[in-house]
Amino acid sequence: MTRIGVVVFPGSNCDRDTLRGLELAGAEAVPLWHEQGTLEGVAAVVLPGGFAYGDYLRAGVIARFSPVMRAVSAFANQGGLVLGICNGFQVLAEAGLVPGALLRNRGLRFLGRDVRISAERLDTPFTALVGDGRPLRMPIAHGEGCFFADDATLDELERDGRVLFRYVDADGRRAGADADPANPNGSLRAIAGVMNARGNVAGLMPHPERAADRLLGSDDGLPILRSLVEAAAAAGSGRGSTAVKLELAATG
Amino acid sequence: MSDFRFAVNVLPKPGILDPQGRAVEGSLEHLGVGGVSGVRVGRRVELTIDAETEVEARATVERLANELFANPLIESYAIEWVDIRAGVGG
Repeated sequence: MTRIGVVVFPGSNCDRDTLRGLELAGAEAVPLWHEQGTLEGVAAVVLPGGFAYGDYLRAGVIARFSPVMRAVSAFANQGGLVLGICNGFQVLAEAGLVPGALLRNRGLRFLGRDVRISAERLDTPFTALVGDGRPLRMPIAHGEGCFFADDATLDELERDGRVLFRYVDADGRRAGADADPANPNGSLRAIAGVMNARGNVAGLMPHPERAADRLLGSDDGLPILRSLVEAAAAAGSGRGSTAVKLELAATG
Repeated sequence: MSDFRFAVNVLPKPGILDPQGRAVEGSLEHLGVGGVSGVRVGRRVELTIDAETEVEARATVERLANELFANPLIESYAIEWVDIRAGVGG
């Protein structure tokens, strides 16, 4: 069975949900403590939601310097699959492993509610099993989720197909940038998730693990976790390098 | 070795949305204060660095400001020297 690690920082609070979600998606999920310097040979890593190190200074910045993140960075630089969810996305952005920054929500409030997102790409390790571009319903729970990057970076992300998820309305129409209830944090170009240039590291603000079972009201998040588990299994069996090459070819 | 004390003042860069600054600005009319604009809300970090020379201490604070206290994508910073004798230390 494919082993996937879930990093546990002091202040992580979605680690158990993420472990459970990955198990539902068919993985053997193991916690990785923030003070450890190795990843125990896992096939992929997930940085879960929460408030790592209390979100002091800026969300994600202190976690960035933890021993486990040195190992995660090295893993990512070798092509290892890394997914950051919510606070995990903030950590990846602070670490420079994905582009952009997550600013305070435009309305200043912490938001905990369902949103809809759609996958812009269906051929990535994070979305291959999402099926089609239909809206996926899952919760957000964050105070700093407003995606920001300068215009040149945003253009580059769009051109290279590195916008992974966008906020959409119930009919699947792309949300506006500001004052649109479908884009509650005011993210630029309604971006909810992005990838690095190599296509092996991704972050998103919404919580697929909180929508991984119908008992939770939605299982729209499960295909995202299953995509990761399947891609990790392929990478573990030696097919992963091919997948990454194809990915690069596809993004030009 | 000597102690050098600095303050790092961090602000959202011009053009970066600052909803806190906007909220503060919006509240001013409740105070009955007019004619105020351009409110930006940031943070200030003070620290003491033990170093051989001031140049060395400044290099350390620059590095910390750039890598930790501010995110250069969205924030700018200004470093200021703080007089320890004024009693702000420790």
